[in-house]
Amino acid sequence: MNLSFFDQFSSPSLLGIPLILISLTFPALLLPSPGNRWITNRLSTLQLWLINLITKQLMTPLNKKGHKWALILTSLMIFLLLINLLGLLPYTFTPTTQLSMNLALAFPLWLATLLTGLRNQPSATLGHLLPEGTPTPLIPALIMIETTSLLIRPLALGVRLTANLTAGHLLIQLISTATMALSSTMPVVSILTFLVLFLLTILEVAVAMIQAYVFVLLLSLYLQENI
Amino acid sequence: GPLSERPLMEVRLGELHTWISTCDFSPQGLLGAVQRAWSSYCAKYIHVKQGGPAGISMLLAGYCLLSYGWNYQHFKRHRWRKYH
Repeated sequence: MNLSFFDQFSSPSLLGIPLILISLTFPALLLPSPGNRWITNRLSTLQLWLINLITKQLMTPLNKKGHKWALILTSLMIFLLLINLLGLLPYTFTPTTQLSMNLALAFPLWLATLLTGLRNQPSATLGHLLPEGTPTPLIPALIMIETTSLLIRPLALGVRLTANLTAGHLLIQLISTATMALSSTMPVVSILTFLVLFLLTILEVAVAMIQAYVFVLLLSLYLQENI
Repeated sequence: GPLSERPLMEVRLGELHTWISTCDFSPQGLLGAVQRAWSSYCAKYIHVKQGGPAGISMLLAGYCLLSYGWNYQHFKRHRWRKYH
């Protein structure tokens, strides 16, 4: 059987229960509800600070109608952030490496923004297909290009998240395999490879946070155009 | 106090099987036990005034162990695989 490096991305199951279910619900355990105390413990304070930061950052460019999306965008952001970061722990499974899950998150939300725009301000939404100041001969070509770019947005959102996380995990696995293989024969090269692995892990932590942020930011941008 | 009302940590080893026989193993009983365990864990390690990284780290370590156990059938053949 030619099992490859992509084995780490298959959803493992024990007794018929796939690990992805636990990986999806575990982040909820890490976020205790603040309760009704006035001064909460450190963890709840940190969590509240983070949620406030995210909500302010996402909702500042939106008008009042867009603030209805605050809950879903903030919770999506926290969800993706936690899932991506938890995937960097040893032996864990990252659900966002599955294209199916990312497309399932991106497609309905993008479609919701598009339908909101088409329903409430159809001419303005269609007007986005033609940037201002285009020379007249270019108009038909540009309309087609803009329509394609509009329709490809959910695919881009999903694939961007999948590809970034998958590539990162794959690189970590490759370089760590190389480090282990070299440690017996050439220890000095193994130490250099270990240094690369260390830097790569720091990069992966950054990528995990940035990709979650980019996903939600793009959705809020699509919302801004349409609401 | 009486055996059935003592929490698990205060039951002596010899009385363990008697204690288990007084447990409520219905779905509501098990759910209640899980909720009580979770809230006592939170109260002891997380909802403290000067909590540190210890509370969350134990949860994360438990998660790593759980994931390891879930994938054990895959890992045990790691050394003998030709392609990793």
